[in-house]
Amino acid sequence: MHDKVKAQGGRGVSIALAGSGGAGVMTAGNMLLKAAAQAGWYGLMVRTSGPQIRGGEAAALLRISAEPVECLDDRFDLVIAIDWQNIHRFADELPLDAGSLMVGDPDQGNPPEVLTQRGTRLAQVPIKKMAKAIPGSWPNMIMLGIAAALVGLPLDAVKSVVEAAYGKKKKELLTPNLAAVEAGFASAQTLPAVPQLAAVEPTQTPRWLLTGNQAAGYGALRGGVRFVAGYPITPATEVLEWLSPALTKVGGTLLQAEDELASINMIIGASFGGVPSLTVTAGPGLALMAEALGLAVAAEVPVVVLDVMRGGPSTGIPAKSEQSDVSIALFGLHGDAPHLVIAPNSIADCLGATQWAVHLAEAMQSPAIVLSDQFFGQTQAVVDRPADMHFIGERAKASAPTEAYKRYALTESGVSPMSIPGTPGGAYTADGLTHNERGVPSSQAADHLAQLDKRERKLLRHDYGDYWAEIDGQGEIAVITFGSCTGPVRDALARAAADGIKVRLVSMRLLAPAQPERLSEALRGVKKVLVVEQNHSGQFHRYLRADFDLPGEVRSLRHPGPLPIHAEEIYRKITEWSLM
Amino acid sequence: MSTASVAAAPITAAAFKSAYKPIWCPGCGDYSVLSSITKAFAMLDLRPENVAVVSGIGCSSRIPAYTTCYGFHGVHGRALAAGTGLKVARPDLTVLVAGGDGDGYSIGGNHFLHACRRNVDLTYIVMDNHVYGMTKGQPSPTTEPDWESKLSPGGTGLRTFHPLVVALASGANFIARTFAGDPNGTAQIIADAIRTPGFSFVEILSPCVTLRPEQRGWKEQAHPASVATTSDPAKAARYLMTDDGFNIGVLYKGNRKPYQPPMGKGTKRVADLEAEFSI
Ligand SMILES: Cc1ncc(C[n+]2csc(CCOP(=O)(O)OP(=O)(O)O)c2C)c(N)n1
Ligand code: SF4
Repeated sequence: MHDKVKAQGGRGVSIALAGSGGAGVMTAGNMLLKAAAQAGWYGLMVRTSGPQIRGGEAAALLRISAEPVECLDDRFDLVIAIDWQNIHRFADELPLDAGSLMVGDPDQGNPPEVLTQRGTRLAQVPIKKMAKAIPGSWPNMIMLGIAAALVGLPLDAVKSVVEAAYGKKKKELLTPNLAAVEAGFASAQTLPAVPQLAAVEPTQTPRWLLTGNQAAGYGALRGGVRFVAGYPITPATEVLEWLSPALTKVGGTLLQAEDELASINMIIGASFGGVPSLTVTAGPGLALMAEALGLAVAAEVPVVVLDVMRGGPSTGIPAKSEQSDVSIALFGLHGDAPHLVIAPNSIADCLGATQWAVHLAEAMQSPAIVLSDQFFGQTQAVVDRPADMHFIGERAKASAPTEAYKRYALTESGVSPMSIPGTPGGAYTADGLTHNERGVPSSQAADHLAQLDKRERKLLRHDYGDYWAEIDGQGEIAVITFGSCTGPVRDALARAAADGIKVRLVSMRLLAPAQPERLSEALRGVKKVLVVEQNHSGQFHRYLRADFDLPGEVRSLRHPGPLPIHAEEIYRKITEWSLM
Repeated sequence: MSTASVAAAPITAAAFKSAYKPIWCPGCGDYSVLSSITKAFAMLDLRPENVAVVSGIGCSSRIPAYTTCYGFHGVHGRALAAGTGLKVARPDLTVLVAGGDGDGYSIGGNHFLHACRRNVDLTYIVMDNHVYGMTKGQPSPTTEPDWESKLSPGGTGLRTFHPLVVALASGANFIARTFAGDPNGTAQIIADAIRTPGFSFVEILSPCVTLRPEQRGWKEQAHPASVATTSDPAKAARYLMTDDGFNIGVLYKGNRKPYQPPMGKGTKRVADLEAEFSI
């Protein structure tokens, strides 16, 4: 290999493995990430493909680094393709430059012009021929070996992952594929250099490899959820698939509902029965649930709705990320219906934020919407084991209700102890009709106002603590963001810091109820505010403008999916602005 | 006699009636249905705190609060979904879902199909008055095609929905029709429905005397079914397909196993699941 290039600081190395469906690029990507994780690196892997369900071109997009990473980088150091079929369909997700290297198979033709136009170097390796020469082996294992060698991942680390995958069940596959990895690794020695991974020590602390969808499912269980109903929808289905067997193991259950109207009403019914409950969906399903969420507000039944956002409206771009359900989550209910909206700020935080949502929903007997997204949900990441925040859903229950029991008593906190079916003396009717303290339907102005006040009060009086937002850094410029834009914002701020520009980060985990005092406190001394979000109309920006006091000059940086907001865009915006 | 051997006094139907005065019009069939439900609960010696009455929206759907049981008055058309979630999460409770024909067959039609299919152990009663009562007189799926209303001058011209046939085809395990004008007979059938495991469907002809005064004539039309209860779906289908809409009785009783996924039998702690993520 030519002179080694060191990877830049925390940016790590970015690799794309591409090939037509069935070529096994996802398997190769998974193995590469796992090998890196076991050898002590952090990383993540995004799966991307064209619009077809099966087949077609697909790519595994990886970023591996010595430090934790929360998003893809703006560019790729290395693209390895088994073939180039239809790769142009998502070429805009593969930003390359003159420093990048493409490795292709000369027998598969040349890469499309969209990939070569920026002067990217091209190296040729006869991947398929090499695999053919080792009977029983696959081209993706050659690819795996090439990738590992180019970025400086030890061969042994990769081999042990291959052994774990094939060693037990499919022994006959092991030998040829190990040979293929070795052949790929050896072939890379003559290729042009790409940045190498910074050295790491084997990890001392436990790390996990999981997707945001799995993390959210696990967070729900940690929070105490034991009943889940859901209807399949991309990109949320894997949460249901993970939870189904997991719930059985811990003494809960999952129902596949006939539609989202059923899912939401099923979980409201189960939660009325005293069991912490959750459903999982994406935008179209959330829209169907809107009516029943109003019932959960009025009848004060805690439920959690996890919305894994995707490109919208309508069917939109189902398998790509976008933060465009902010407005429906905040304002999509009919009537005056205060409720909780919570956004995880990283893949690992899908766990903590979902767990927190269960805790808050139960504590306040309120519905909570968790806004995850496709990037979080379907990206696999290596993370430090998330600490258990001990947020357990605990509902105020009426233990020995008497004749005088008032289900909707006007308490100071606004929370009224709930009688659970089975409790003698505590029977009442949970009702979406405006009711008095006893739950008896009423159309009187005083009852309506008292109950609206109470439901607003319970959310506003709650002490959300420091967990409401991640606040980092100092400076007169602040970036306010939420969800999966937090990763690129952090990257941009690290670059700005390297230039000596100090910027404050506020990533809001609690979107509703609005906490204007807390935000003002976090922004004290700030003169410029940049709001970053991934949607077309600036839904988050508008919300901040309407319900919070933002200091100084405010600008919005946004664009819709499917392209992520890149750190580079944010960094440029900040540096330009700091010079003014 | 030691206290331990004193049998609890049998519970009365009155113990299941709440103090709230129904909003129903005088003469509404739903009063009798309420009586029948409370009688059935007493016959089965249930305790109000162990029973949940779940409904949607409509005149008939106001029924939960008129009982002393735990009540759930949800949104229009979704009572079966709420009842299903409740029963699966709390299999120890007796769950009775109740509502109208608009609620159950129109806006909630999809849930009706899937509740029959799913066969969760609960009882669903529909107080069918062939009209939307609450919204003051629009045609429902069971309204006759020539019935005139402001919304459907000249009638809908649409074929009526046959809930019993749909229930049978969709897999309901117990199918009956009763007439509200016979509260004792209705109570017997509701008790049988609750006692029978799986999804039990009871269609109750319950006149809306205000919007469909001609339904007072139902007492002449209702008659006992000419056949005994069958467990043969083919026989039941043949009988129901030629039904005049006024056959009263338990028309089908199967023996499908109720659907109840395991709940509360977990063997692992949540923390045990972490191993799957560890590198
Ligand atoms: C989503 C929604 N759509 C419409 C309504 C209005 N609505 C209330 S009750 C009802 C029909 C009730 O008819 P039925 O279920 O037959 O009950 P009945 O009043 O006859 O007992 C309608 C359309 C509503 N409450 N919610
Ligand atoms: S309108 Fe009809 S269904 Fe409603 S209460 Fe009056 S009689 Fe009963």
